[in-house]
Amino acid sequence: MAMAIIRPKTMRRRLPSWVSPSFVIGGAVVLFWLFATLFPHWLSAFSPLDLAGRRLQPPSPDHLLGTDALGRDVFARTVYGARQSLPIAVLVVISAVLIGTAAGAIAGYRGGFVGAAIMRLVDITLSFPAILLAMAVAASLGPGLGNAAIAMVVVWWPIYARLVRAQVLEVREREHVEAAVAAGASDFRILTKHILPLCWTPVLISATMDLGQVILLGASLSFIGLGARPPTPEWGAMISDGTVYFYNWWIAFGAGMAILTIVLGFNFIGDGLRDYFDPRSSK
Amino acid sequence: MTAAAMTIAPAAAEPLLRVRDLKVGFSTGSGTLLAVRGIDLDVSRGGVLGIVGESGSGKSLSMLAALGLQARNAVVSGSVHFDSQQLVGRQRKHMRSLLGSRIGMIFQDPLSSLNPVMTVGDQIREVLFLHDRRLTGKGATARVLDLLELVAIPQADRRINQYPHEFSGGMRQRVMIAMAIANDPELLVADEPTTALDVTVQAQIMRMLRELKEKLGLALILITHDLGVVAGHADRVAVVYAGQVVEEAEVHDLFADPRHPYTRGLIASIPKLTATGSKLYSIPGAPPRLGAYPEGCAFHPRCIHAQDICRTTAPPTMAFGGHRSACHFADRLPPWDRGNEAERQGQNG
Amino acid sequence: MLNYIMRRAVAMPFILLGIVTLAFLLTTITKGDPLTAIVSERQMNNPEIVAAAKARWGLDRSLPERYVIYVANLVTGDMGTSFVTRRPVSRDIAARLPATLELVIAAMAIGSTTGILLGLLAAYYRDSVIDQTARLFSLFGSSVPIFWLGLALLFVFSVHYHLLPGPGRLDARLTPPPSLTGFMVVDTLLAGNPAAFKDALLHLILPSLVLGWTVAGSISRIVRANMLEIMEREFILTARAKGAGELRVVFRHALRNILVPVLTVLGYTFAYLITGAVLTEAVFGWPGIGSYAVIAARSLDFPAIIGVTIVGGMMFLITNLLTDIAYVFANPRVRLN
Repeated sequence: MAMAIIRPKTMRRRLPSWVSPSFVIGGAVVLFWLFATLFPHWLSAFSPLDLAGRRLQPPSPDHLLGTDALGRDVFARTVYGARQSLPIAVLVVISAVLIGTAAGAIAGYRGGFVGAAIMRLVDITLSFPAILLAMAVAASLGPGLGNAAIAMVVVWWPIYARLVRAQVLEVREREHVEAAVAAGASDFRILTKHILPLCWTPVLISATMDLGQVILLGASLSFIGLGARPPTPEWGAMISDGTVYFYNWWIAFGAGMAILTIVLGFNFIGDGLRDYFDPRSSK
Repeated sequence: MTAAAMTIAPAAAEPLLRVRDLKVGFSTGSGTLLAVRGIDLDVSRGGVLGIVGESGSGKSLSMLAALGLQARNAVVSGSVHFDSQQLVGRQRKHMRSLLGSRIGMIFQDPLSSLNPVMTVGDQIREVLFLHDRRLTGKGATARVLDLLELVAIPQADRRINQYPHEFSGGMRQRVMIAMAIANDPELLVADEPTTALDVTVQAQIMRMLRELKEKLGLALILITHDLGVVAGHADRVAVVYAGQVVEEAEVHDLFADPRHPYTRGLIASIPKLTATGSKLYSIPGAPPRLGAYPEGCAFHPRCIHAQDICRTTAPPTMAFGGHRSACHFADRLPPWDRGNEAERQGQNG
Repeated sequence: MLNYIMRRAVAMPFILLGIVTLAFLLTTITKGDPLTAIVSERQMNNPEIVAAAKARWGLDRSLPERYVIYVANLVTGDMGTSFVTRRPVSRDIAARLPATLELVIAAMAIGSTTGILLGLLAAYYRDSVIDQTARLFSLFGSSVPIFWLGLALLFVFSVHYHLLPGPGRLDARLTPPPSLTGFMVVDTLLAGNPAAFKDALLHLILPSLVLGWTVAGSISRIVRANMLEIMEREFILTARAKGAGELRVVFRHALRNILVPVLTVLGYTFAYLITGAVLTEAVFGWPGIGSYAVIAARSLDFPAIIGVTIVGGMMFLITNLLTDIAYVFANPRVRLN
């Protein structure tokens, strides 16, 4: 009877429901960086590696974001930086999703000793602060972007294992699965045809947002010195350069903005997806 | 001279609560949605007013709005006088000094109406402290124990430190009552006080409300969907449909000679203990959603007496002494006979 | 619930062992050669020196042997010796832990107060400008690279406007107070040195602000979502009907009811703070275990890396346990059962 419950909703809605403002903004930003990944030379006349002008020049019409300590164009390096971060983030998230889904599906569907063992490993891995574990793995593999990527997969797969396991446990109880079991379908077929297709929504939402987080973590590792090696134009490493040339703020500016916008973009898309698939959660 | 006379005189004639043309709307993206469309009510000191209506009729909404407890997106207009003070448009601070002290309220579901993470004692103590800054902790506890005893909660000194989930439904509603009467209010608003309770407990709570009313001399507003409750406990009854009062009368007059087809339907649908085997009657159709009211007389789609005029023109309120009805045919309805009403409606509807 | 906590407490040593094992394995079964951290490049060609170094650091033994020795030593608090500082890792960590804790606690204080207040405001003024601003603020906090935000704020407030000091915990011209608690802000007070106290406090502002911001967002989102739900509940109406003011309704009635989810997010947040602290310390030259980990990782100082990783995992575990205990006190139902 409480009147607070009475809250008539706005009826106006002309656009299809997936076109939310956050989805559009996020999509535009991510498309821009995707474009930068594919065609960086269309955005910048300079090479990211070669001398482009005098050292440590502040931003000017020639060099939109100035030049760094080696006289390279910072804007070019920022644009080309997308080539490092974006593909690696995609690769890391896909690998983590694949490994995590397989592990989570086995743990959720079969349970037993193997399932318990997998989940203990997940628990233990998730009891480390992500960056410390990634640092430990990356350091032991040796510096380099590829190794940093492996380290990030090691850190990230348990998140999906947990997510998928919870989903599988829920879906497994549904009638159509029981029907498939009764019909004598193989475990593999039941999992891949009847259970996993119903689990992908939260995985998709989480993976979209994680793309941003993986870019952040990758840049962090490079910032620390465990990721990209010089002279690779990588955002985290560029910000690391910025700490050395403290007074030349523009060296790190582009990279910082690049990471900020692309992570925001993926967050926006993830938000939009979540609103679309589960409107209640946005309340 | 005249001014002095006025300050002394008003008590007898002036009702404790007077509501005139109360309207409650909600601003939405597509304009304003009028949920309560001009309600007039009077509650005399020590009197019991029953407000009857189906859910979504706006009966609770209008009382909450009258006391400044509406949702933030609600727009309230009209006049509400409590003890001659206009309440609509008053500052929140002023309303707060009335609520919980001179006006007490209890609600439908005592479990969700009590704060689950505060002890019962703390919740009653709070209402005491809110209106008496000088109260000491000891004094408050003593008063809480008195109140719990007044509402017949056994072992009050132990119960005072317990949480709402440790109480039964009836006991919880007693706690709510204790809280509502803690500061000796003049008016108690009970919004569906027994709906969420077991039948046996319902009777206990209603008896308690009536005893308290006598003991403390308070006026009572009984908001309910149940005409049966009203019949046994109210002096006057206002029947609310689609955000308007459609009929208002002394309780005896209302049951003896209902002048609105909706009221007739409601009375006909009260289950009779004597009638065996006869089907339980209910008014055909469903009540409109809050704010989405039909044109003309809002009741016409469900009314067996409806004519063309009912579909186009809102009916005026006709008064027969103290008995008011908002029906085009209030003076021309067939003579009331409860036994036949269900039958007649069954044939025509 | 108490049972549950007991079980958790009993399981802790096993999870710890798991953490140790995982940290040990991940850093050992790899191709990165720790010898490069110990022996200089020129000496690598000298088999005698290499063999001596291996024997000195126990690298000549088999992996299982090394594991058993490591765990046995760990039980006595021995985490081995750092390749770089040549001091016991446990001593290094113990010396640097207070700096990290000081930073994390300050950040937690800033992050949780702003986060909770922002969440309350956003929920109370739902869909208003305040709500939208809070949303952007929190999105920014969780999307900005913390190391760049630190750098940018340092540039603006320290380099450009000279409002706040630069990196570090204390001005180099000041004598550090004797270390009693390890918390610079507390130690300077205990030493009765107001000038140093002020300086230490000013040094703490930027890093804790940066770190706090990154978590304020997620806290405010959780607070907002839960508040929206609670404010629709009927006991809120009851409180208003008692004549309670809005501040009282929000803080005394609503906030106490969302304590459990807020505690959960605070616990989760703490883990994130440890992660963030690593980067914040690196930017602000903060001598905590985060910057120690960075130095160790850069120089392949494996004993130090494993040590810090294990300590980080332990802090995480302890926080989780404390969160669980806090639940019990926040929820009368649980407490009574």
